[in-house]
Amino acid sequence: MTQTTSEPGTHAVEVTVNGEKRAAGVEPRLLLVHFIRENLGLTGTHIGCDTTSCGACTVLVDGVPTKSCTMFAVQAAGSEITTVEGLLQNGKHHPIQAGFHEEHGLQCGFCTPGMMLTSVALLAENPNPTNEQIRWAISGQICRCTGYQNIVKAVQNAAARMRETS
Amino acid sequence: MSTEVRGLGHSVKRKEDERFLRGKGTYVDDIKLPGMLHMELLRSPFAHARIKSVDTSRAAALPGVVAVVTGELMAQHSLAWMPTLSGDTQAVLATDKVRFQGQEVAAVVAESAYIAKDALELIDVDYAPLPAVTSPERAQAPDAPLIRDEKEGQTDNHIFHWEAGDKEATERAFAEADRVVTLDTHYPRCHPSPLECCGCVADINPATGKATIYMTSQAPHAHRTLFAIVAGLPEHMIRIVSPDIGGGFGNKVPIYPGYVVATAASLLLGRPVKWIEDRTGNLISTGFARDYHMHGELALKGDRIVGLRTSLESDEGAFYADAQPSKFRAGLFHIVTGSYDIPAAHVVADGYYTNKAPGGVAYRCSFRVTEASYLIERLVDVAAHEVGIDPAELRLKNFIKPEQFPYHSATGFVYDSGDYPKAMNLALEKLGYAELRKEQAKAREEGRLLGIGLASFTEVVGAGPGKDYDIAGLRMFDSAELRVHPTGKAILKLGVRSQGQGHETTFAQIVAEEIGIPYEDVEVQEGDTDNTPYGLGTYASRSTPVAGAATAVISRKLREKAREIAAHLLECAPDDLEWETDRFFVKGAPERSKTIQDVAFAAYTNLPEGMEAGLEGVHYYDPPNMTYPFGTYAVVVEVDRGTGQWKPLRVVAVDDCGVRINPMIVEGQIMGGLTEGYAIAAMELITFDEDGNCIGSNFMDYLIPTAWETPEFELGETVTPSPHHPIGAKGVGESATVGSPAAYVNAVVDALAHAGVRTFEMPVTPDKVWQALSEAGLAE
Repeated sequence: MTQTTSEPGTHAVEVTVNGEKRAAGVEPRLLLVHFIRENLGLTGTHIGCDTTSCGACTVLVDGVPTKSCTMFAVQAAGSEITTVEGLLQNGKHHPIQAGFHEEHGLQCGFCTPGMMLTSVALLAENPNPTNEQIRWAISGQICRCTGYQNIVKAVQNAAARMRETS
Repeated sequence: MSTEVRGLGHSVKRKEDERFLRGKGTYVDDIKLPGMLHMELLRSPFAHARIKSVDTSRAAALPGVVAVVTGELMAQHSLAWMPTLSGDTQAVLATDKVRFQGQEVAAVVAESAYIAKDALELIDVDYAPLPAVTSPERAQAPDAPLIRDEKEGQTDNHIFHWEAGDKEATERAFAEADRVVTLDTHYPRCHPSPLECCGCVADINPATGKATIYMTSQAPHAHRTLFAIVAGLPEHMIRIVSPDIGGGFGNKVPIYPGYVVATAASLLLGRPVKWIEDRTGNLISTGFARDYHMHGELALKGDRIVGLRTSLESDEGAFYADAQPSKFRAGLFHIVTGSYDIPAAHVVADGYYTNKAPGGVAYRCSFRVTEASYLIERLVDVAAHEVGIDPAELRLKNFIKPEQFPYHSATGFVYDSGDYPKAMNLALEKLGYAELRKEQAKAREEGRLLGIGLASFTEVVGAGPGKDYDIAGLRMFDSAELRVHPTGKAILKLGVRSQGQGHETTFAQIVAEEIGIPYEDVEVQEGDTDNTPYGLGTYASRSTPVAGAATAVISRKLREKAREIAAHLLECAPDDLEWETDRFFVKGAPERSKTIQDVAFAAYTNLPEGMEAGLEGVHYYDPPNMTYPFGTYAVVVEVDRGTGQWKPLRVVAVDDCGVRINPMIVEGQIMGGLTEGYAIAAMELITFDEDGNCIGSNFMDYLIPTAWETPEFELGETVTPSPHHPIGAKGVGESATVGSPAAYVNAVVDALAHAGVRTFEMPVTPDKVWQALSEAGLAE
């Protein structure tokens, strides 16, 4: 749902971010990650590599984990985007946040938003994943601090919490 | 051990998690100031070239560009060059020549980062390419081009010569040996690559003159002093703020040209300037690690190691910018005797300029300890295979014995404490070593190649005693300031800076242990130089050994003042009181007690006559010695005879880092290090073609393991407290990166050792293994 705005060279983009409608006029070349960080001010989405390798910029676009450094903002027009800022449920931790905290699944915190969002998408599809399935699901993302083992545990912890309440 | 206050030994969950879980951390790139401009750097495409001209006119004319900065402009402000941490100089923006690919040549400051990047394309630089020097060997060739031709008196590419140990005694040991084993190996250039690149926001207030620089800094106080020296700004008008840091691993220790140019730009333009490096910039221009070409020799008498001799050539890049104590030109490489009682040792190191990025930092390591640990642990394995003795047995026979501590090493270290056989035996037991050796033999008969690799490392961390350790002249103490408020809550301010290590939790636990304030009630503050006591920063596993000690000491000092106040409240003599967990009580009358909270309130409301009000203080801790963490890592791999791929089947790590403050966080550090160790052994490589083009300039070429490749880890621990550290802790953040690469490589070599294979060069990629399989007639 993009349309040319009155400002030359820009397009109006309307997206739903964390349940809220947001609109802005953007350059066609503006990357989604910059739109999220600069235009919307949601700085929980990070940039780590510029080449779609590290996944620090991962957000959910219509529920699908997407590296927002490799998508233009205009391509996201009309979609529903979830960023880390949208994870809290009624002011309380989403099970994935509780899991990461409980299992020491984060150290510097830079990869954490992307890791959590990919995990949320995995658990929506597969509520009872094996460790190997978790490792495969997050294999598009790099963590330099934890060695992944505690991230796998964190996702299992979240899965158990979600199974209990579902 | 205390319980309610959650002091030492409790795996409490981290206090710092909450903001990161909500996406509310504040990393440098998250900082947005009113009127802020954006800066991008133009980098050299050549490794070595003379700059004939730089034409910025087209870039400057682009709408939205505010300024284009060149080396010439920087030179007008005497800022074209800056000092390095190793006493050399480094170009901020190139003027005469470029000396490595990726070197900073010009900068654009614009209203947006996109415009700034557009403008970079419009800067016309005329280069005259020169031959590139890409190894120490080529740097020494008689016809090698002189890289540092601007340095007075520099006639070749040699930087330093350094020696440690006793040459004559070592020669005698070798003369008397009945066997000498040698190993020549290159610890390749790799890169710490924290997930967050480097960057800053420089904000010089034109009205007040105050320079506030938000930067990715592992050492904000040292950086403030260096900024004062480099930029000529008065130090009290500089405030460095190191906000949340997305990993450091040594990469955020040096001062980079981008910080300096952004600061100069803010000063000249009167507006805040943000510079955020991209990944390629990070990989090709900032602090790399290792790049040591090493030759090692062990002298043996039977199964006893009687001497060690090693020489190395260090590939330093275009500017000598190692971040290490000034007295030690090869860092702490002379810890190379490792865990072994070797009576004689001699180390020779030479450094060379090459046309590569500068800034030899210790990638998750204490000043070149990783290279040393790798060399000795590889050499011992080569010796075991040559002598025909089990590598575990050879290690156990040659370990420094527990009763020999404090142990004086042949190269001058005094190891504080250790029990190497205990850690090794635990690792072997967890692994089921004897059984595994049988399984390996059986597998071999069936045509499968299993390998078992061991490494029994000793680190030297916690720099360091002021008499021997300084960075650019600054002694390597560290500090802690504790303020206990009237209601018993406290703020602890430190001179170090966490990059994910969990200081906000562990240092609060030290306070809890020592003065009884629950860890939840202690806020830990770091990173803002206006607001914290001076310290040298977080790297080289020094936070717990040095700032942790400072925290314990200041807590104890305040507890002694608290005793006086408690005595006043309980109307008894201070000596009549005993301390337990969080309170003083009267000896023999435990019901007469005052908690630390009671005392804190009294410190502001009801003091003994003549006592100074308040309950706060600062301590600067000069460690009496380094600490020496150790352990044994054991790796089992299987090698695919068809492809040369190798896969770790098991990784057992037994660490002894002295007393553990928060075991959960300690284990997190170890697993992170084991992964980076695996990365270095298996895939991480910064290399260059003969023209000096960097191969490994993005995450598609510079390979980092994901969850898919990374093995599972099995951890174990022994605890041998440091006798000189107030709480017996030794530091643990880097043990696994230091110790584990040799274990992985030893395992792959071990899988092929029966066919005469003795070594592989890191990274041990499948093509190298397949080549060896093929030569040994083992390839399928």
